[in-house]
Amino acid sequence: MIWVVLSVIGVLLVFFALKPHMPPGNVSHQSADQTETNTVIAAIMTPIGVGVIAFLVYAVIVFRAREGDEEDGPYTKDNGRVQRTWILVTLAIVLGLAIYGTDELLSASAGIAGVGGGQGPTLIRSAPAGSLQVQVIAQQWAFTYRYPQYGDIETTTLALPVNRPVIFNVTSIDVIHSFWAYQLGVKIDAVPGTNNTAGTTATHTGLFDIRCAELCGLWHGAMSAKGEVLTPSAFTSWIHVQQAHQPAPNTMPPHAKTYFPDPNDRAG
Amino acid sequence: MTRGARIAALLVSAVAVAALVAFYISTWVLNFPPAVQAQTSNGSASLTLETVAAYGHSPHSSWVSYFVKGADGRWHHTTIIDIPAHTLVHVTIINFDGNSGLRNPLWAKARGVQGAEISINGKPPIAGINPDDASHTFAIPDMGISVPIHGVADNAPNQCATPAPCPMSTAHTVTTFAFRTGKPGHYRWQCFVPCAAGFLNGFGGPMQTVGYMDGYLNVT
Repeated sequence: MIWVVLSVIGVLLVFFALKPHMPPGNVSHQSADQTETNTVIAAIMTPIGVGVIAFLVYAVIVFRAREGDEEDGPYTKDNGRVQRTWILVTLAIVLGLAIYGTDELLSASAGIAGVGGGQGPTLIRSAPAGSLQVQVIAQQWAFTYRYPQYGDIETTTLALPVNRPVIFNVTSIDVIHSFWAYQLGVKIDAVPGTNNTAGTTATHTGLFDIRCAELCGLWHGAMSAKGEVLTPSAFTSWIHVQQAHQPAPNTMPPHAKTYFPDPNDRAG
Repeated sequence: MTRGARIAALLVSAVAVAALVAFYISTWVLNFPPAVQAQTSNGSASLTLETVAAYGHSPHSSWVSYFVKGADGRWHHTTIIDIPAHTLVHVTIINFDGNSGLRNPLWAKARGVQGAEISINGKPPIAGINPDDASHTFAIPDMGISVPIHGVADNAPNQCATPAPCPMSTAHTVTTFAFRTGKPGHYRWQCFVPCAAGFLNGFGGPMQTVGYMDGYLNVT
């Protein structure tokens, strides 16, 4: 009875007190989905956690060693009912979460399926029409960004238009990094010679955090920056400014899905 | 083992672990090269750096490295520089190293500096160099500053072969530019050229060590 009451209180707290602070937030469709998923999982875990702690407290009080009591407890043998219940409940939870998680991965949130996981070179479903393609190039110790639909310009800052699907193509030109746009709900491994993709659709303008999430050397801890979600008109203006500050075209290689320079030519 | 012996063993172990941690912190975590002050006059500052292909001294004589010229006119083996905030800084980088080439051509263009241009060997300012000609970069990512450093030609006569610092009589390039510091802070700077010969991806050893190809700009 105590467990039931505490569980109900805990689940209500998860939905009404914890959810507004649950990461990664709601700056994009995908991060909102992830926040929802984290909330559901926390709500499922709450009765389990409460049960474990309640039983721990119960056991400490009821089964504590008493003065002069040095005998072993009574011998117990199989309890089929407990075992069956344990197996069925844990099976239901695990399978339920697997089905729920798979559905979340496959469902087309804002037209982009399988977002945020870095599913390799192709998304689970094709990108929606009008998506913005952005290539993220990681290196020790900075991220740079290419916009192939805008003359292949490359920038040191990341700007995205609001309410437009964005497909990130992530690679590295040295060691393994991880591109983590926290509030967008996107974290993708940046692997040399590999093009990892994931998508997102930002729903709010403003700044978001970019970090490297893979230990990558001396300045890994400093490999962070701010990205910005802009209105469509502000994004267009930003693109024009960037185009005016590009290197001479003949010094830039054509856009490629991956960059994997010849180590003999680029190893010092 | 008696209770007293167990406690003694525990205490000795704790002291040994604490000593190891203290040794690690003092030897590695807090062991930075000395800071060199940028020279200031008439509200602006000047900074002169040197890059060499090999330090030439122990413990890492073969490592590529930066040097900083101090107010005493001598070269200091450090990459930690004190510089005033909200000040125009005139920078001169004398490079005695050859070309390694940039892995990402983006850094071949000067960014964040006055006029978005640099001057090489006293010639008219340019916006950038051929990525293949880059020997090093001087980049302060959090200030949006990146400058490519042109390398010495492979066939240039009289290349520096002495322990650093290299004499000005040997082959070198001179890159000049200016940038304005902003608010006070502790800014890291680095080279983006994979110039650490003999290391994985050209980015180990000196590229991962403050005092060689990475450093701090203490803006105060």
